[in-house]
Amino acid sequence: MEFRIPVGTWIDAFFEWLEDTFSWLFEALRQLFIWMFDAVDWIFATPPALVVVAVVALGALLARGWKFALGAIAGLLFIMSVNQWDNAIDSLALVLVAAFLAVVISIPLGIWAARNDTVSKILKPVMDFLQTLPAFVYLVPALGLFRIGVAPGIIATLIFAMAPGVRLTELGIRGVDKEVVEAGQAFGAHPRRILRQIQIPLAMPSIMAGINQIIMLSLSMVVIAGLVGAGGLGGDVAQAISALNVSLGFEAGLSVVVLAILLDRFTASFGKGLGLYSRWRRSYVAKKEADQQARFDAEEEIARGGRRPVATV
Amino acid sequence: MNDDTIALRADGLYKVFGRHADEAVIQLHRGTPRDELGAGTTAAVIDASFEVRRGEIFVVMGLSGSGKSTLIRMLNGLHDATAGTVEVAGERITDIPAKRLREIRRKRISMVFQHFALLPHRTVIDNVAYGLEIQGVPLEERVARARKVTEIVGLKGWEEKHPSELSGGMQQRVGLARALAADTDVLLMDEAFSALDPLIRREMQDQLLELQAELGKTIIFITHDLNEAMYIGDRIAVMRDGRIVQIGSPEDILTNPANDYVEQFVQDVDRAKVLTAESVMRKPRAVVHVGAGPRAALTTMRDEQLAGAYVVNKDRTIVGWVSDRDVFDLVRRGEKDLASVIRADHGAVATDTALADLFIPSLEAALPLGVIDHRDRLVGVIPRVTLLAALGGEPEAAATATPRPDPLPAEVVDEVLEAAVGAGAGNPKEAI
Repeated sequence: MEFRIPVGTWIDAFFEWLEDTFSWLFEALRQLFIWMFDAVDWIFATPPALVVVAVVALGALLARGWKFALGAIAGLLFIMSVNQWDNAIDSLALVLVAAFLAVVISIPLGIWAARNDTVSKILKPVMDFLQTLPAFVYLVPALGLFRIGVAPGIIATLIFAMAPGVRLTELGIRGVDKEVVEAGQAFGAHPRRILRQIQIPLAMPSIMAGINQIIMLSLSMVVIAGLVGAGGLGGDVAQAISALNVSLGFEAGLSVVVLAILLDRFTASFGKGLGLYSRWRRSYVAKKEADQQARFDAEEEIARGGRRPVATV
Repeated sequence: MNDDTIALRADGLYKVFGRHADEAVIQLHRGTPRDELGAGTTAAVIDASFEVRRGEIFVVMGLSGSGKSTLIRMLNGLHDATAGTVEVAGERITDIPAKRLREIRRKRISMVFQHFALLPHRTVIDNVAYGLEIQGVPLEERVARARKVTEIVGLKGWEEKHPSELSGGMQQRVGLARALAADTDVLLMDEAFSALDPLIRREMQDQLLELQAELGKTIIFITHDLNEAMYIGDRIAVMRDGRIVQIGSPEDILTNPANDYVEQFVQDVDRAKVLTAESVMRKPRAVVHVGAGPRAALTTMRDEQLAGAYVVNKDRTIVGWVSDRDVFDLVRRGEKDLASVIRADHGAVATDTALADLFIPSLEAALPLGVIDHRDRLVGVIPRVTLLAALGGEPEAAATATPRPDPLPAEVVDEVLEAAVGAGAGNPKEAI
């Protein structure tokens, strides 16, 4: 018995229709992606490599402390020593652009889903679908719509990496203590204000975890995107596969690992109170609060007549 | 219709969760029990109607699942009512646009939460000023006002701390200060002290009573703790399974429980702390007027078989008391004025004294303990048997109790005993 649902044919027809109808849109997006990629790539590729290493190390020191700074230096020097620096910069630029777009799309979606059960119910299966469909499959229509280059890599990466951002944002906002949200409502705050002053600040750890996940998934997808000519470390990995070149494969692969660790530790440290920056900020806030308290106490004393205000000349 | 003394009125409030809510209300209205509504439909509040007067502490008391938390959230629109209306200061808040509801919440009604619900990323002063911030009060002014309230609740010196640096009791003071700073007439308190340990809880209750006396806020207080309800409530609504089963003063609830459920509930209450002298006192059997002569006084005491009596002025203000023996002497000496034997140490207590504070005065008083009102008028007495009966939960028992008669005078007994020995009626040891 010959029974077959021509799903493939339908989807093919759908994409062909997309291509015909919205080719102007895809072309515009393609230009936008390429422009963004070039801009980010330029920032990292223009200065000498050692300057970039120094800046990254400084950032690591501020974000997490000296151990991470040392680790970052060692990792980046390793990438330079295996001659993968330019590839790594390309991949980094791809990741940053794709992750940025994914964050910009997924966080509002997550907020929307947290506030509307219907949206949540629709988004949930869509996200499941996007996340479980084998990553390579995205590349095929992406190639058709965006042609070869970085653009299909970015679009495939962004779609693949979006899901955890939506999910963790929704989870974080739904998980905010109900009473605290009620407090906002009970005092007559507008829902937008509750979102801004209560829900987002309190959901921040979860949202940050989502951003971290987006970046990690982006990196893994960027490597796969090497297959469609997105270049970077993924390009070398793809080349190593086709040529059975073990040494090239591992050099590029280990560079991906270094990049992954750096990106993960950076994004995971936000809002954790590690590093120099947080220490400065904490002492600044503490000082400000102590000053304020001292001012309150002094005013109190003056009000009671215990001490005269210092005359200003 | 809009009586000025009513701060909040709830009329026929229903809250049904789940499907077919409106249908369920009709069914409940017809008398269907709430557990027969069918799966997926839960009636949390059923036909709740009450009025809260300005400046009163109205307590809603019930066990968990009785619907009290849902009820309080309908009073400021956090939950929509399925049916019925709520009026705050004469204005309906059910079925009004969200914008108007927010305005009412800002100006008329604030709330204190069980788990404090403070903003953890803000300092104490910014938390206290939160309501004012939403009202749009400028920074300088709201900080100044918040500081005043922070001081009132006893958190001076903690303004710039974060909630996580504070103990539970202090955090709830911040919650209370935030609600007070918003300067609304009505304060909703949802199990506000339940998460605190007992000593702190009592302290907070006292503070709340003080603040209320000072600021005259209308407070609606939710609790599952009957002792708390009795302690702070001017009136109490007892809830069970979504319905209000009784509304009354603490003493009402204790002495006239509406049904078996309330009666069972109040069994464990410390009556000595809730009941007051006024609720257990009896009419004095006899009083002596200060102008009456010794003969009249002695006659009164003889008729009522009393060993003494309180002496009052014409307007019933208390003067003191006299004993029958002193008056007897006066009569024998033929004196006409009672004044010389009136003792001033009458030890009478005020009408609102708690039962617990009556024991020692009752022991020290020679006569049944006198009870006087705020103008020093003798309004009643509390014999010791009445005090015991009230503690036992049946004040009426005292009426039927027969007091033990006074022992025979010693000399009379001696006389009889001596006579018996003289007659040689046997060995005294045998008699024992």
